[in-house]
Amino acid sequence: MQKKITQRGSGVTRRDFIATTSAAGVAATAFLGGKAPAFASNHKLHYLQWSSFIPDADAEIRRQVEEFSKAAGVEVTVEMINQNDMTPRITAAIESGEGADVMLLINNQPHLFANGLVDHGALMSELAGGDIYDWANGAVTVDGVARAVPLFNIGNAIVYRKDVFDELGLSAPNTWDEYLEVGRALKNNNLPVGQTLGHTFGDAPSFAYPLLWSFGGMEVDASGKVVVNSAETHQALAFAKEFWEAACDPGGLAWDDTSNNRAFLGQTIGATLNGASIYFVARRKFPDLADKLAHVNNPEGPGGRYHVIGPRSPAIMKYSEEQDAAADFIRFMFQDDNFSQFITVNSGYVQGLTPKWENHPVWDSDPALKIFSTNAKYGRSYGHAGPWNRASGEVAEKYIVVDMFARAVQGEDPKEIAAWGQKEMENVYGA
Amino acid sequence: MTTPQPVNAPSLWARFATSLEDQRVLGYVLMAPALLLIVIFIAYPFVLGVWMSLTDKIVGTPGTYIGLGNYERLFASDIFLTAAWNTVFFTTVATVFKAVLGMWLAVLLNRRFRFANITRASVLLPFIVPTVLSTLAWLWMFDATFSVFNWTLRWMWQMEISILGLVLKENWGFFRGPLWLGDPDLAMASVILVNVWRGLPFFAISFLAGLQTIPPDLYDAADIDGASGWKKFWHVTLPLIKPVAIVVIVFSIVVTFADFQLVYILTRGGPNNETHLLATLAYQLGMGSGNIGQGAAVALFMLPILAVVIIFQLWYLRREGVR
Repeated sequence: MQKKITQRGSGVTRRDFIATTSAAGVAATAFLGGKAPAFASNHKLHYLQWSSFIPDADAEIRRQVEEFSKAAGVEVTVEMINQNDMTPRITAAIESGEGADVMLLINNQPHLFANGLVDHGALMSELAGGDIYDWANGAVTVDGVARAVPLFNIGNAIVYRKDVFDELGLSAPNTWDEYLEVGRALKNNNLPVGQTLGHTFGDAPSFAYPLLWSFGGMEVDASGKVVVNSAETHQALAFAKEFWEAACDPGGLAWDDTSNNRAFLGQTIGATLNGASIYFVARRKFPDLADKLAHVNNPEGPGGRYHVIGPRSPAIMKYSEEQDAAADFIRFMFQDDNFSQFITVNSGYVQGLTPKWENHPVWDSDPALKIFSTNAKYGRSYGHAGPWNRASGEVAEKYIVVDMFARAVQGEDPKEIAAWGQKEMENVYGA
Repeated sequence: MTTPQPVNAPSLWARFATSLEDQRVLGYVLMAPALLLIVIFIAYPFVLGVWMSLTDKIVGTPGTYIGLGNYERLFASDIFLTAAWNTVFFTTVATVFKAVLGMWLAVLLNRRFRFANITRASVLLPFIVPTVLSTLAWLWMFDATFSVFNWTLRWMWQMEISILGLVLKENWGFFRGPLWLGDPDLAMASVILVNVWRGLPFFAISFLAGLQTIPPDLYDAADIDGASGWKKFWHVTLPLIKPVAIVVIVFSIVVTFADFQLVYILTRGGPNNETHLLATLAYQLGMGSGNIGQGAAVALFMLPILAVVIIFQLWYLRREGVR
């Protein structure tokens, strides 16, 4: 027999309560699950990019967005976030099919996220033509299809204290052996070379990869076979240990991308590999120090001279419902006057990706920055000498090359380290 | 001739409403919203995670079934094995410290003293402050160049104060103090220190709540029997606080095992993966490399270990309940 339960006194039965709340739930679900009311506006675009270390660069992008918005009749939302947060945002957006219409990708992210990006082939031909540097082309071309359009690069060079060099009778190093001797002298004068080998996305790989390449070591050969366990790699690792002990601040093992900036500006190191941001901050806040700074390209080794480069490439998402407006927005950023202004406000922090931008007036405006105009020609990508594909991105993301050098400077045997690197890379490449 | 009038059958809604009078039906209906939430927010992501770990899914693709391929690849990687070992070590050491120090702090806080309430409340601060913020403060304190700890050490050196003989005389020009996050052993110790600092209040306050339920008569009786402070703790306090302690410790193990924020902010797994945990490795593979299948496999590796811990907890609680 069923029991009848009644909430006595209130006059409300449990049945009434359930019925009422169920109806309310259904109504709420219908409201929340339904589409938002349509607005009368035409097109809306959402652009996501990193927050630059150069505030004027972000201001210039906002100006361009505003101008494009007025000209095209498109309401554009621009969002600028920390570079470290970009990858999870892109991943989440592609997986959920919802997010910004255009995102500024870095390095070989077009390879990592190729399945979520539209074919940019026509746009690439129209905007970059055939002049674009090969490495920039390789960064966005996946299985023969352009998945983004490379816009600019952020170079890096060794920034050093010219006044200290002069005082100690040192010259800017041209080779790794010279850099070793320069660093030794600097360290003996309490201003060592400052270099991170921690898990940080910018400065650590920018140091480790070129050092490997310049001794002739490489992750994979041109056919994609992992060849990191080589005599050349052993030499690079052995040199790194000697260089670290003789020339470097040992604290670098714990540094992130900002640590060397602080150390240099705090005048505790005398040289470090970095973008031009140290110089810019010094120019703004410590002009006396800025006058004492100079830049030089990475040293040359038996295998050549190299820099890690990584283009920043706007890309249109497959899920975007505003792909035409997005393409127009990218065209607008590529317009000569807009991009020239972008380079100007960056004062040498960024480089264009076709040779014509090497002659931009900005490179004559400040001799301290001139070296960055030549930076791109030494550029190589993660995975060199193989293609810049998803596997090379995973090797970089796992800091395998960086950790090889971190182990070396802590005294591990180069041959054992290289064997470890070979095993881990084969695990990634699937050899 | 008149045709018979059809009997009005009760509507579906009316039948549903009537069925609610049955307690069994009503029970299921009342449970349904909670069940729905569990299915949507726990069961579905879990099943999806299991499925992803069995596929070669990368971002933007559905992925194809590869069986245990991801797990085989993980076990062939030293980075994964290092992260797995680090996770066990990190969890074990941090939990032991939190339990011992938490008990000690709880016993101290259980005494009567001036400003007891304010002190008890302030002990909770590390637990209340958002982890990201407090960890950023620790990051600054551990800074290799500008660490406040090392600044103090150097200041003491200049004042010619020796600390337990811990002074390095060679290369003093570059000795900026210990490399808290740069030396592999110190980095793990530093990460554990921050975890203990953050988790200690939870232990202390939970233990304190347990201590306050112990009848004072038992201590009076122990005093009459001439028991020392240690004996009172061992024979009175500890047995009575054990049920609370087990729950707190097991809960802490689960949370610590899956810790992500501390390592992500302090070291990102460096140097040389010596502080990499399974959670940070899963993030690195799944979100950083876009290799979602591998990331899911790493995350799911935690499941059997945590399941054993939770089953132990449930078994213990049930046994205590029977008693």
